[in-house]
Amino acid sequence: MNLFHQIPLEIRWVVYVVAMIVFVSLFALFAIWLERKVAAWAQDRMGPMETGGFHGWSQTIADMIKLLLKEDIIPDAADRGLFKLAPYIVFTSSFAAFAVLPFAANLIGSDLNIGIYYIVAVSSLVVISIIMAGWASNNKWSLYGGMRAASQMISYEIPVALSLLVPILLVGSLSMQDLVKVQAGGFWNWTIFGNALGRGSILQLPFTIVAFIIYFWASLAEVNRVPFDLPEGESEIIGFHVEYSAMRFGMFFFAEFANMFLVSGVAVALFLGGWHAPFPFLEVSAETSLIWCNVIGTFWFIGKALILVFIQMWLRWTLPRLRVDQLMHVCWKVFLPFSFANVLIVSLLVVIS
Amino acid sequence: MSEKRELNLPLGPTPEKMQAAYAAADQMPGEFMHVQMGPQHPATHGVLRVEIETDGEMILKGTPHIGYLHRCFEKVAENITWPQIVPFTDRLDYCSSMNNNLGWSLACEKLFGIEVSERVQTIRVLAAELNRIANHCVALGSYSLDIGAWTPFLLLFQEREHILDLFEELCGGRLLLNYIWIGGLSHDIPDGWLKKVRDFTEYMKPKVPELNQLLSYNKIFTERLANVAVIPADVCLQYGVTGPNLRGAGVKWDLRKSEPYSGYETYDFDIPVGTGEMGQVGDAFDRYMVRVHEIEQSLRIIEQAAGRLEKMPGDDVQAAIPRTFAKVPAGEIYFRTEQPKGELGFYIVSNGKSKPQRVKCRAPSFSNLCVLSKVAPGLLIADMVALIGSIDIVLGDVDR
Repeated sequence: MNLFHQIPLEIRWVVYVVAMIVFVSLFALFAIWLERKVAAWAQDRMGPMETGGFHGWSQTIADMIKLLLKEDIIPDAADRGLFKLAPYIVFTSSFAAFAVLPFAANLIGSDLNIGIYYIVAVSSLVVISIIMAGWASNNKWSLYGGMRAASQMISYEIPVALSLLVPILLVGSLSMQDLVKVQAGGFWNWTIFGNALGRGSILQLPFTIVAFIIYFWASLAEVNRVPFDLPEGESEIIGFHVEYSAMRFGMFFFAEFANMFLVSGVAVALFLGGWHAPFPFLEVSAETSLIWCNVIGTFWFIGKALILVFIQMWLRWTLPRLRVDQLMHVCWKVFLPFSFANVLIVSLLVVIS
Repeated sequence: MSEKRELNLPLGPTPEKMQAAYAAADQMPGEFMHVQMGPQHPATHGVLRVEIETDGEMILKGTPHIGYLHRCFEKVAENITWPQIVPFTDRLDYCSSMNNNLGWSLACEKLFGIEVSERVQTIRVLAAELNRIANHCVALGSYSLDIGAWTPFLLLFQEREHILDLFEELCGGRLLLNYIWIGGLSHDIPDGWLKKVRDFTEYMKPKVPELNQLLSYNKIFTERLANVAVIPADVCLQYGVTGPNLRGAGVKWDLRKSEPYSGYETYDFDIPVGTGEMGQVGDAFDRYMVRVHEIEQSLRIIEQAAGRLEKMPGDDVQAAIPRTFAKVPAGEIYFRTEQPKGELGFYIVSNGKSKPQRVKCRAPSFSNLCVLSKVAPGLLIADMVALIGSIDIVLGDVDR
């Protein structure tokens, strides 16, 4: 603890920002490679095998270099300012949310007392940049993508926020670290399994599971993954980034994978014990060794998040795509009533106990 | 203009709503979004351009424009000799070359009065049914891609690969086969080939239930297709829609049964028709499901044909090919066969010379595509993709 606090706050922030940029970039590169491998696994083929030797590990690095070197085309009729701005906003908004993601007991950019609220607020900025991209391209197909994204992401924010309220109610705090710390001591204490250490009782077990399921599905729609990938919809409207090329397109791609990790990270922090191990003996306490406590915690956090990322990829290569009216039906008539009832019941249970 | 905007159509096309949508689009030019779907669009299966008027995502009017792949097949056919036309028929519907070869060869044989041996007929049936499975693999696979599922596309192409390997061994070609000639075949079947066909049928049989499990009865997939883009039987008959699209509308019409050729009457198989399993009769799901069932029926025919060929003594498959086509009987003929996409007809006028005087090709995809403008109003853009995929067009066949 002393080590951390001796360093000036500003330097800690700078170090953390740089570390996060490196982490997000490396994660995106790895996740794109993983996505290809998962796709290959689902489709009975090998995926990238050549570049770099071992299972084509450097394929995405090569692709990134290609994207950086490609000619950047901006359509004549496009709104140049907005067209150029959109990829940065989409990346910034998803990157900004990483500031409050608790990787380990001490590894967090800033443990805001409104941490989860901040994540919901910042990550909803993504929709603005997608509309911006769809509109500024001056292409009817990308406009369709932008409008689809607007209706979809705004609708699905509501079930996301409502299902996130459940762990908040159980813990009574919006700070990410508080939400994680209350789940200590083994997987039976995690919020998804009722959170016995928090407020309330074991009676809320089914409702926390429902909240997790709603959050996970609605977050798929938030990050435009199959079966909710309508804004992209590559076989229907080709997507909001149809006019983008080179690294501007790469930024959208990057942000998509950063967002995948973000929603998985939030799910892990709020429902799946955060940086706590599934069993207490697999953890190192901060008193024993501060460094190992954080290393092991980071391992568990990223490991759990990667499992969720893997499930997202698995779904993508398995399921077809919903239609736009079915998408809205699922949101407003299924997720929304269920998550409302869920919040109501959990808050009643918290009050009673 | 605000009162004109009152166009609140419920989703799902009923005839009245389609009429209303048509009228609205015609009366208010410039009021709606005018979008060109294609010719470069991933869901149009080639270079089809559909001009659509939309209100938001809803299509009020859809007009297909064709001709981007026109190769003057009919005019070219007037300038080359009879057997030289066979490779050109490969390129009509390049997903089912064998059936095109068969259609052309049978038409010419009937015109010239050529009789082929029973063994040649059986090999032809075997090859044509193999190609029917390959065609349906492409159709169903690319359809799953249209609906957003990537994996079945690649899995079905994997099955198709086995058929292409069989064709490669049979005649050297994989896509463009030029195998069935007027009066015979280009090659006899190789040694051990029938065993491989048997292995393939045994391999393919469990794949159809697997496909059903993976894709056909997936909840999202059925929801996307059920009650979408319904083409009723009477509309099919008006527009000349044939093949799996007609059978999907519940009409039991298959030229292999109703006007048998090449000895199809001796094979035991059923005609699958649409039953409205998930919604109305004639919706996209029915058309899809008819193709799945046709794969099963084709496997039955292949097994019977392979069984017969195993017992038959070998003969010269080129015995009935005329020595020369310099002088042929004059006359005219229309002959039609059941191609995987529908009725493939050739109208041929011969003036007794080495080249046909006039050839008219009645391509199944062309007639099937015509129904698009009738069905399009009232669909969403995503449904439009489902419609184009479910009528299974190949632009080489539409434009010729």
